[in-house]
Amino acid sequence: MATRHDTAAPPLKEGGAAPGRPPADAVPEADKRRRARLSRRWQRDMRWSPYAFVSPFFLLFLAFGLFPLIYTGWASLHTVEMTAPTDMEWAGLRNYTRIFDDDFFWNAAKNTLTIGIISTVPQLLMAMGIAHILNYKLRGSTFYRVMMLAPYATSIAAASLVFVLLFGRDYGMINWALNAVGFDNIDWQNDKWASQIAVSSIVIWRWTGYNALIYLAAMQAIPQDLYESAALDGANRWRQFIHVTLPSLRPTILFTVVVSTIGASQLFGEPLLFDANKGTSGGSQHQFQTLGLYLYEQGWVNQHLGRASAIAWTMFLILIVIGIVNYVISRRLRASS
Amino acid sequence: MRARTRIARKTMVLAAVAALGSGLLAGCADDGDDGGDGSSSGDTSGKTTITLGLFGTQGFKEAGLYAEYEKLNPDIKIAENVVERNENYYPALVNHLTTNSGLQDIQAVEVGNIAEVVNTQAAKLTDLSKVEGVQSSNWLDWKWKQATTKDGQTIGLGTDVGPMAICYRKDLFEQAGLPSEREEVSKLWAGSWEKFVEVGKDYQGKAPKGTTFLDSPGGLLNAIVSGESEKFYDASGEVIYKTNPAIKKAFDLTAQAAEDGLIGNQTQFQPAWDTTIANGKFAAMSCPPWMLGYIKGKSKPEAAGKWDVATSPKPGNWGGTFLAVPKSGKNADEAAKLAAWLTAPEQQAKLFAKQGSFPSAPAAYTMPQVTGAKNDMTGDSPIGTIFADAAKQIPAQVIGPKDQIIQQGLTDNGVILVTQGKSAEEAWETATKTIDNNLEK
Repeated sequence: MATRHDTAAPPLKEGGAAPGRPPADAVPEADKRRRARLSRRWQRDMRWSPYAFVSPFFLLFLAFGLFPLIYTGWASLHTVEMTAPTDMEWAGLRNYTRIFDDDFFWNAAKNTLTIGIISTVPQLLMAMGIAHILNYKLRGSTFYRVMMLAPYATSIAAASLVFVLLFGRDYGMINWALNAVGFDNIDWQNDKWASQIAVSSIVIWRWTGYNALIYLAAMQAIPQDLYESAALDGANRWRQFIHVTLPSLRPTILFTVVVSTIGASQLFGEPLLFDANKGTSGGSQHQFQTLGLYLYEQGWVNQHLGRASAIAWTMFLILIVIGIVNYVISRRLRASS
Repeated sequence: MRARTRIARKTMVLAAVAALGSGLLAGCADDGDDGGDGSSSGDTSGKTTITLGLFGTQGFKEAGLYAEYEKLNPDIKIAENVVERNENYYPALVNHLTTNSGLQDIQAVEVGNIAEVVNTQAAKLTDLSKVEGVQSSNWLDWKWKQATTKDGQTIGLGTDVGPMAICYRKDLFEQAGLPSEREEVSKLWAGSWEKFVEVGKDYQGKAPKGTTFLDSPGGLLNAIVSGESEKFYDASGEVIYKTNPAIKKAFDLTAQAAEDGLIGNQTQFQPAWDTTIANGKFAAMSCPPWMLGYIKGKSKPEAAGKWDVATSPKPGNWGGTFLAVPKSGKNADEAAKLAAWLTAPEQQAKLFAKQGSFPSAPAAYTMPQVTGAKNDMTGDSPIGTIFADAAKQIPAQVIGPKDQIIQQGLTDNGVILVTQGKSAEEAWETATKTIDNNLEK
């Protein structure tokens, strides 16, 4: 039964959006009780319904977010293999202490950082440039905007496979082009920096358009009169970009940096598919093995569930640290503006 | 569907009991027909569906075996569920087995994983040695043992094996001044892999420009270790790959061959490797029968007939699958019957004729489908008898639960590095460090 707002009295003391109205005189006793009952129901409705409405997310989060998190934490304290996940043997913090002198983990962490930097920085700079150009009056601008999103919509597997062919050492198109202008073949898969650049290029190709569209949306929200007054003051396009566009985009830039950082720290599909051996070691010498890939290798290929869980939790803690650093920087920036 | 099947079965059983009962009561009267009618109508409305979980191309369906079995058993329907790569198939299978859910009635297991399944999952799988018509003597002895637990429970029936020979390009051998006739070529390296590598040096001396003797370091290493009776584990189950002299010798021989430039620096089954097949960039490779199909798939039409098959310096096995039946399946009995039928010698021979999967049942080796087998790429070569001879000489090999991880480490993190300019010593170190890290729990 619907709550009858018009008869619901008396007005609430706390919360509630009921308009205050004077209590009506001479209300029969029975009617009063009925109104009180309705009012109680209404109060309950007001208080609890929102929780019901948001509950689906939290229930799903409990089932697919919190529970796995806790279970992984529990598993990380045990020696447990995927072949018998119920067969757990208490190991204490061994899985964590081991990480400290696990060369492969730190190698993966370093790779994740370097690949993250050489993919995120150029990506965001390019996205900014593209957004700036798209912000001009262009013929067919919708077409260009849709095209920007095409890489993002492409399946990562398909894209990576094409990139593997492009970056092939002997028959790849990129080396063929390099040869044509007089360079030697580059072993894109086995050379450390070359392979990291190649993996980054897949990331850049995929996400630049996405970030460009975010920047574009923010740019279009900048009031036109700011530019007009800047133009009146004699600022050229470039100065307008520096002094009007960039400051207005600050929160957006921060957002894309945070999202890209999280994305980079979880990088997995691109290096997995880029591996010539289709293995999980990120190249013969682990030259582009990221943390995500290392976690997958330990858990799913080697079936060490306990170790993989410890790696997952360590990654989680690292992400939290990155999050805090981001937060501090963003507060500083906001305070300075 | 399944629920209906069960109901149908129940009614069938009830009807049969009723018919029997009434028959007894009536004293051999003729009203058994009632029950018969009831059950047959139940059959047509709900057949028993048996599902198979497979990886790669097993080829049962393509070879028409399902259709044949369905014809023989009108109340059975067969459906398969194929995952392209074993790397994706196997972890999921382990997951399903440990949680006892999501399993198909029959599950294929690759030889590289069979030891782990035998050691850790046997309790969840049906002992197939007890199934009617299954006799261990039908299979190659070592194949049978690979899927048998210590207490004698056989949890997988072998489908195919991969006896290895050497596939070589006759035209390239001729151009390099080597004999090209099968028998003579086999004699060049008979008995030892060192001789094989020596032949490679001869080849490389006069090789047509841009070609190498072998395709990939991984291929050579695999060929050598696949013929050892002990490779990565000893009979007691200890990991011995680092101390086993046979492994170090195989590694060093491969590394040496790579250093001497006899081997192209490719990884097998990758697009770039496919291109080297298509362009005829190498003269020889170790190959099980299924590789001939692969070569055919990747070659240009003009390559037909240019290949031939010589015997391997030492016989070895590469590949092969087993069919296992999870106990928890709703149709475990029917599934076991089907698995037994699919792996019987006659069916294995048919599979070879259509798909090139080499039988693991010696009885099939004398069947016309095998003895008369031909392949486009190798002209008139009697590939059936060549591979059958190789199959009979394969030694029983100790296989361990983590064989795949060890071999992958030796190849992908080891010998391949030598082709990229690392020393054999460095390569061995990288490989063993990776493998040890991966084996450690």
